[in-house]
Amino acid sequence: MIIVGHVLRRSVLWILLFCWLAFALGPYLWMFLTSVKPASELSTIPVHYLPQHWTFAAYAELFHTTPFLKYMTHSIIVAVVTALATLVLAVPAGFSLSRHRFRPKKIVLSALVASQFLPSILLVLALFPIMQSLGLLNRMIGLVLVYTGFVTPFTIWLVKGFVDGIPKEMDEAALVDGCSELKVIWYVLLPVLTPGLVAAAAYIIIFSWNEFLFALTFASKDSVATLPVGLNTFIGDYVTRWDLLTAGGVVSAIPILIFFTLVQRRLISGLTSGAVKS
Amino acid sequence: MDTVTQVAIADVKRRHRESGLRSIWYLLPAGVIVALVIGYPVLRAVMLSFFRFSPLGGSVTFVGMHNYVQVLTSRQFGAAALHSVIWTFGVVAFQFVFGLIGAVLLNQKFRGRGIVRGLVLIPWATPSVLAAMMWMWILDANYGVLNDLLTRLGLAFLARPWFSQPHTALPALMLIDVWQGIPFFAVMLLAAMQTIPDDLVEASKLDGATAWKTFWSVKFPIILPTCLITTLLRIVWTASYMDLILIITQGGPGYASLTIPADAYYTAYSDLNFGGATAMAVIQAIVLLGVVMVYLKLLSKQGILDK
Repeated sequence: MIIVGHVLRRSVLWILLFCWLAFALGPYLWMFLTSVKPASELSTIPVHYLPQHWTFAAYAELFHTTPFLKYMTHSIIVAVVTALATLVLAVPAGFSLSRHRFRPKKIVLSALVASQFLPSILLVLALFPIMQSLGLLNRMIGLVLVYTGFVTPFTIWLVKGFVDGIPKEMDEAALVDGCSELKVIWYVLLPVLTPGLVAAAAYIIIFSWNEFLFALTFASKDSVATLPVGLNTFIGDYVTRWDLLTAGGVVSAIPILIFFTLVQRRLISGLTSGAVKS
Repeated sequence: MDTVTQVAIADVKRRHRESGLRSIWYLLPAGVIVALVIGYPVLRAVMLSFFRFSPLGGSVTFVGMHNYVQVLTSRQFGAAALHSVIWTFGVVAFQFVFGLIGAVLLNQKFRGRGIVRGLVLIPWATPSVLAAMMWMWILDANYGVLNDLLTRLGLAFLARPWFSQPHTALPALMLIDVWQGIPFFAVMLLAAMQTIPDDLVEASKLDGATAWKTFWSVKFPIILPTCLITTLLRIVWTASYMDLILIITQGGPGYASLTIPADAYYTAYSDLNFGGATAMAVIQAIVLLGVVMVYLKLLSKQGILDK
């Protein structure tokens, strides 16, 4: 009886897991299968699930006739610069909020949280006229500035959490030995913080790689467009060319999925430790 | 302890006391950019919501509460507000239920658990444009695989152009957001479940409680605070999320899938009524703030968050 119950429970578990995996990954599988079919096979009824003829023609066309690689370059530049700029700003701030004692600390911390509750449409409408008058529209530096300002509060919060997790004695010992505080951050804390900072950088890169609304409003010109905006233009321009669209989808998904897989565990523990504790 | 060390320690303590002033230099750079990108523009926008102006320039006229009155009395905004409520609570409810089930599944011991945990997270890392594109193709009226499957199963009467019918446009968009958001709930709740001490669960089993009962009487109360906080974060985020609407339906057909943020977007960039759009965004922010305050107040009254 116990064995039967055990087998039954296992089967139910695996059936549910299979359903979940199918739901979560089905769209990706279907996108990939579509991208390797010749265009003529996409308008048949009933639908052929597997390609009759495998072809990578859509990928060749994507790279040769569309500015797809250019969008990708823009995305990489914006993501990397945003991540670096944000970390440079957030590490000292996170350190200070964790280690220093000063009066308006609570206010600073609540302001950081509150900034995350603002509707993004309000930020878009608020920033647009300012960016326009400063000539920052359709410039990558403008998008980097907006992204940096937007993700800095949350990154500070993450870094503060990571520094909180390091015993105070570590930096106090170094201070007693006569190190300046900046040296303590650089030589003592940074090595310990590195895994956390990698997670924070991963979060920032994934954010700016995926972000759509700001990119659409502030940098929609082809000369600066990032991948999401480029893909959105594609959807409008090639509405019947699903082979080309799905090929673009597969190519834009690959870097972020590889990256996400690499940092996934660390990213999750960084994100959840803060939220679950508080 | 020799005197040199004592002096050194006293020096460190003194430096700590003085850190109040020094901390400014650590916080200033980040503070400046956050103030420039978030603080100042938002305050300025709130002020500008009392003016009439267009993003393309031209005159700026003070109109008092006019923008707010106009927004709050417009039928389109009323519809958008209703859609926002359906969108937000519908999406978050489904994400919560499936996320909770998912967390329970991922918390079981089985072979390949690490891989499965990674794979089910993928929708969460998917850019909204990519998610939109994949689902537009799946739900395509003519050649979409969903309509094809329905036809093969003899349910052809259910097949339809999902995004271009008023009654299915919003639910179809919600489906995509649910797909993207389940992993977020699953991960947060799984993290909370992993903090449950094993001996509590063992004790409950020894008492003869079934797995079902153990879950609701032992495990669920422990993860409840995380459930509630995650739900709040998700409500705020979902209410503002409009990428899918902008990409797929543009709020249509008619305004069947228009939510408040999308309404504000089109009011600004299609109708060029920036003052009205900003008023909508401010209303959205105030309503969300109200929801957050009431929610947190209710929770702290119940003492749920103190545990």
